[in-house]
Amino acid sequence: MIRWLVGLIGLGLAATSALAADPVMIGVGYLGVAGTRSTLSLVEQPAENDGVAGARLAIEDNNTTGKFLNQRFVLEERRIKEGEDAVQAATDLAARNGFIIADLPADALLKVSDALRDRGTLLFNAGAIDERLREADCRANVIHTAPTRAMLADALGQYLVWKQWKRWLLVVGSHDEDKLFADALRRTATRFGAKIVQERSFEDKGGARRTDSGVTLIQRQMPVFTQQAPAYDVLVAADESEVFGAYLPYRTWDPRPVAGSAGLVPRSWDASQDQWGAIQMQNRFVKLNARRMTALDMQVWTAVRMIGEATSRTNSGDVKKVTDFIKGPDFSVAAFKGTKLTLRDWNLQLRQPILLVDGRMVVSVSPQEGFLHQVSELDTLGYDRPESKCKLK
Amino acid sequence: MSSSCDYNDAALPPPLAGEGWGEGVSASDNLLEERTLTRIASIDAMRPPPQAGEVKPTRSGILRLWRVGLLSGLALAAAPAHAFIAYVSNEKSNTVSVIDTDSWTVTKTIKVGQRPRGIDFTRDGKFVMVAVGDDDTIQMIDAKTQAVVDSLPSGPDPELFAQDAAGKILYVANENDNTVTVIDLEKRARLGDIQVGVEPEGMTISPDGKTLINTSETTNMAHFIDTSSRQIVANVLVDARPRFAEFKHDASELWVSSEIGGTVSIIDPRRHEVTGKVNFEIPGLRKEAIQPVGIGMTKDDKTAFIALGPANRVAVVDTATRKVTKYLLVGQRVWHMAFTPDEKYLLTTNGVSNDVSVIDVAAQKVIKTIQVGELPWGITIAR
Repeated sequence: MIRWLVGLIGLGLAATSALAADPVMIGVGYLGVAGTRSTLSLVEQPAENDGVAGARLAIEDNNTTGKFLNQRFVLEERRIKEGEDAVQAATDLAARNGFIIADLPADALLKVSDALRDRGTLLFNAGAIDERLREADCRANVIHTAPTRAMLADALGQYLVWKQWKRWLLVVGSHDEDKLFADALRRTATRFGAKIVQERSFEDKGGARRTDSGVTLIQRQMPVFTQQAPAYDVLVAADESEVFGAYLPYRTWDPRPVAGSAGLVPRSWDASQDQWGAIQMQNRFVKLNARRMTALDMQVWTAVRMIGEATSRTNSGDVKKVTDFIKGPDFSVAAFKGTKLTLRDWNLQLRQPILLVDGRMVVSVSPQEGFLHQVSELDTLGYDRPESKCKLK
Repeated sequence: MSSSCDYNDAALPPPLAGEGWGEGVSASDNLLEERTLTRIASIDAMRPPPQAGEVKPTRSGILRLWRVGLLSGLALAAAPAHAFIAYVSNEKSNTVSVIDTDSWTVTKTIKVGQRPRGIDFTRDGKFVMVAVGDDDTIQMIDAKTQAVVDSLPSGPDPELFAQDAAGKILYVANENDNTVTVIDLEKRARLGDIQVGVEPEGMTISPDGKTLINTSETTNMAHFIDTSSRQIVANVLVDARPRFAEFKHDASELWVSSEIGGTVSIIDPRRHEVTGKVNFEIPGLRKEAIQPVGIGMTKDDKTAFIALGPANRVAVVDTATRKVTKYLLVGQRVWHMAFTPDEKYLLTTNGVSNDVSVIDVAAQKVIKTIQVGELPWGITIAR
């Protein structure tokens, strides 16, 4: 009886002390651009909450963990409209949040990072894949969870070379980002021994992506566009702008597979990825957001999870402490990709395996077997330390 | 500026799909050299380099070994070892393979539900319970008839489970909804749920039955749950993706493997503190490939065996020094393990090579490989 009473009192005490201490509050801001771009495939049309949905799930995950450590995570979302100032929105978010996850174009991100440098806010670039943000324009207060174009191109290139599809017909769109992706693909071909047998460019002449008799016309145009090519193994499309890539599979003059921006696509994540325990994560995501998880959702989820991982390891919500831990040598995060993810300390890019997906399945995961590296095989993807132009400031 | 990549100077020779590093292209001597390097690297990955402390046997040593072998062979012939029955869950085949440890053959393959993983005998030895995650239940296999006869209300996506000492209560980790489900085994009824961290996985119970341990893979904690109050009493942070927990038989230590962290944390279960870690290093193998999962502890608590996943090895750990004394090469992606009750043998499930390795515990040698179904995952042996 006495033991029972003592136990009861003990429990009561434990409960009171847990209630007495206010949880450590950790504010996470999300800054994105309002509106979505139009894709060729209707099923790939991004949802209005693309990206931020990943943050919402990660905040829930962090809070499940946080309840054992008396930490509480709060998400503040902000979408800027066209013409609105990203710096102002970011400064406003930074007043209440020590961490900001950004899905912004490269120029806006740079302005924001420079404006917030002296505040000590830690920024996560979850959206922009531009190489320059990790190279000449790298910043010490920006961590990149989005992969780069070179990482994506190398991931695809390793597989194509492993598959012995080494003669590429490269088709490039007419927009700047298409050309940047083509640059990355050319670099990949050179370093892994593939040959670009010919390049063709596909001019964007405008026009609607949704039409009532679209297929008939495309079926006539694409074979003509791809005929009389030199002998090639695979058509590699650089079409980030969604102008023609998805029109190519099954419509090329020669019966050849398509890769790059359509067909076999390199991505940081896919709704079909179910290895390494990912199924639970996919289920949680669908349950919370009533749709499937995209690469952008995952890049945002990973950023918020990195914050949660560092706050639980340091048992602290202090931005400086958490930032130092994330940038330090002991940091790693698990993100359902079969290996721990770590930061490249020379430019704060997250090392990560890249999935190669066909829209229904994960076909392969790069780095491919046999691509060796003395530090981490993940560094066979993208620009490596000796090549880097980044000087963190 | 020196290049840090092995392939920067020349294109890496690709294998033909499915043919390994056979007939590749040859463009230059440099390239051939690169390929040789690669080939050596890949062979290294398959064969363990000599281990520290592993001494080449001398002639007299060999003789002695031979004699011992002969003697034990004679002993075996004179009095055949007692045969045990092992049950292996095959995650992809949706089957359970039954292995006879006398003949080391698969004697039966039982069809079960979808995605069978966690597997264990009931305490009375009458049933084998197997968690079939994609059917959201735990099936009961009658050990006599070797057929599925019943199922338990486990909650969604059960993976691993633990039972109390009396064999009356079953605790199941439900990865999908961050709970541990409590089941009355006799009534086959659900008694309640305990809220734990994100993606509960590893489950074990303290030798005195008073503390249930659950590990959560994304929260990265070992949760200590009081089995009488069903409340969490402590949470201990371990390295990333904790998958499996095992007590020493004397209850002095709890070992928790972290698959992504690549370590095993050793926890003092009274103070709820990590007192040490087992680290692994295998020459010629990248660190990321070392992913500890299953743990087997000998009854004298002196030796721990730890499955290292895609490193294709089982580490033998001296529990006093907490250091690895040997790495045993087994099949690919080794998951879990079980001792025969006489502790002569340890059987491991090798997920990617679809087989079970048999380790001679005293000799610390792999003596046999048995083909089972696709993606073997869990294993249990009749007591």
